[in-house]
Amino acid sequence: MTATSTASADNGVNVEALLGARQALSQAPEGAQFKWRASNEWLHGTHSRSSVESYYGLGTDHDHRSAFSFEADHPLVFGAEDNAATPVELVLVGLASCLTAGVAAVAQNRDIQLRSVKATLEGDMDILGILGGDPEVRNGFSGIRVAYDIDADATPDEVRALVAQSQKRSAVYDILTNPTNVTVEVR
Amino acid sequence: MRTTTVVIGAGHSGLAVSRFLTQRSIDHVVLERGEVAWSWRTQRWDSLRLLTPNWQSRLPGFSYGGDDPDGYMTMPEVIEFISGYARLVDAPVLTGAAVASVRRRAGRSGYVVDTERGRWECEAVVLATGGFGLAKVPDLGEPPPAGIAALSAFEYRNPVALAPGGVLVVGASATGVQIADEVQRSGRPVTLAVGEHVRMPRLYRGRDVLWWMERSGLFDERYDEVDDVVRVRRTPSPQLVGTPERATLDLNALTGRGVRLVGRLSAIRDGRALLSGSLPNKCELADLKLGRLLDAFDEWAAGAGVADVGPPERFEPTRVAPSPPLELDLARGEIGTVIWATGFRPDYSWLHVGVLDRRGRIRHDGGVVAESPGLYVIGLNFLRRRKSSFIHGATDDARDLVSHLAAYLDSLVPA
Repeated sequence: MTATSTASADNGVNVEALLGARQALSQAPEGAQFKWRASNEWLHGTHSRSSVESYYGLGTDHDHRSAFSFEADHPLVFGAEDNAATPVELVLVGLASCLTAGVAAVAQNRDIQLRSVKATLEGDMDILGILGGDPEVRNGFSGIRVAYDIDADATPDEVRALVAQSQKRSAVYDILTNPTNVTVEVR
Repeated sequence: MRTTTVVIGAGHSGLAVSRFLTQRSIDHVVLERGEVAWSWRTQRWDSLRLLTPNWQSRLPGFSYGGDDPDGYMTMPEVIEFISGYARLVDAPVLTGAAVASVRRRAGRSGYVVDTERGRWECEAVVLATGGFGLAKVPDLGEPPPAGIAALSAFEYRNPVALAPGGVLVVGASATGVQIADEVQRSGRPVTLAVGEHVRMPRLYRGRDVLWWMERSGLFDERYDEVDDVVRVRRTPSPQLVGTPERATLDLNALTGRGVRLVGRLSAIRDGRALLSGSLPNKCELADLKLGRLLDAFDEWAAGAGVADVGPPERFEPTRVAPSPPLELDLARGEIGTVIWATGFRPDYSWLHVGVLDRRGRIRHDGGVVAESPGLYVIGLNFLRRRKSSFIHGATDDARDLVSHLAAYLDSLVPA
């Protein structure tokens, strides 16, 4: 396996734990079955609050160290109160967070010291889709662009490879680029 | 019938094993379901040539003797090459002996091998049936809609046999790019669904890229030296084709010929093919990986003082359309045929020895099936070395495995 014991880069990612988990879960694949959870409650108008407290994995439930709360709303130009980011902006946040975590992990595994990693994201959307104004237009993004500015002890190609590998291993990137079955029920 | 060792499969791997067994005077039989080189005779499309140049077609004590060392063998030439080898080493091949079952012998060491031509009992078995027994077809939720012909790379023979109209080729490894190219040239517009792939130029600095792989030592890299053997064993075959023109067949070449590139086929839903939005990433990964490979070649050439090559080259990044389509309506008539070029896997349906993992892959350590002493496998991707699945890779692997096998036989207490 990778000789992490001689690594000199420190990006604060516990690569040994990740590699150990991969090794262990390959032998016991049922432990790799995770369930991620969120709950959401309407507040007022288009404003709602979501909470993330627990998840399931390694055969049991786990609590986060504390409950995390996220609010979302729609902007003033939609006639809303703009109390928080819009849900689609939270999707961009999810993608950015996932890719950046991946960049740090891959860099650690490749013994590349990061000094600064910054991403800016932009998603294109024709809102005639969500307004029902044009049945040919989809609701979601027609495209998302991510731009990384990275300062690291590495060649430009090595930095590009970090970002490319991060996409390859990113859950949110996969969720956005491939279809997922979604079922919504009313209890 | 009794023998010491049963080799299953009379392709290049099984014959190489037979040669080393004969050299050690180990009594054996090579069981072959059809004739020598059967897969090459029956499971290949018409125009296929080897990926490897003729000079690289070597087996233990045997090499290409023709006048075109830089060419690539056609299938009839491959069949003759392997058949010639079988004659040269006088392999004890039993043809028409499809294996129905391999089991451990009850109560003692050894195996029972049942075939269409009788039962064999032996101390050791070498599985030389190769890594390409079955065509993998992904589970996409639903099959292509009725009216669309769907065929695997085994069933594909030539473009003329296809229905007129568009063709969706799924997969961009060697198989996928070769079929896409040939079908596009036949006038049928091709859409190529591209997932992870390995880009290679046919020639680099004036030499075959496989010359570089061999001479730089990369082909000899061992399975126990790489970071992640599971990953490298799953690496798709490189985008190479053997043609008299020694042409490169990467995605840019296909785009130049009018092939439309789309993302990986992730699902079929309501008759629509849903395509991944990951095409730019897959192309970037392949371009960067090619860059690292060429860097390694250049570094080796500089260090080794290699003089008889051209100057270093770098190739244009893969061109990806700004917004490749994310779905194809398969029911609309634009696509008449889907060709699965989504890889192959070995067929172990007859292997009744508990050595398969949950994915049906055989658990082995460089071809030695340690949990079942006396059982060996050869001819799989990166079995012992990067070259293991190539014809010339059989030599070192067969030598190593027969050496292990001989030591195992020596360890058995005489009955």
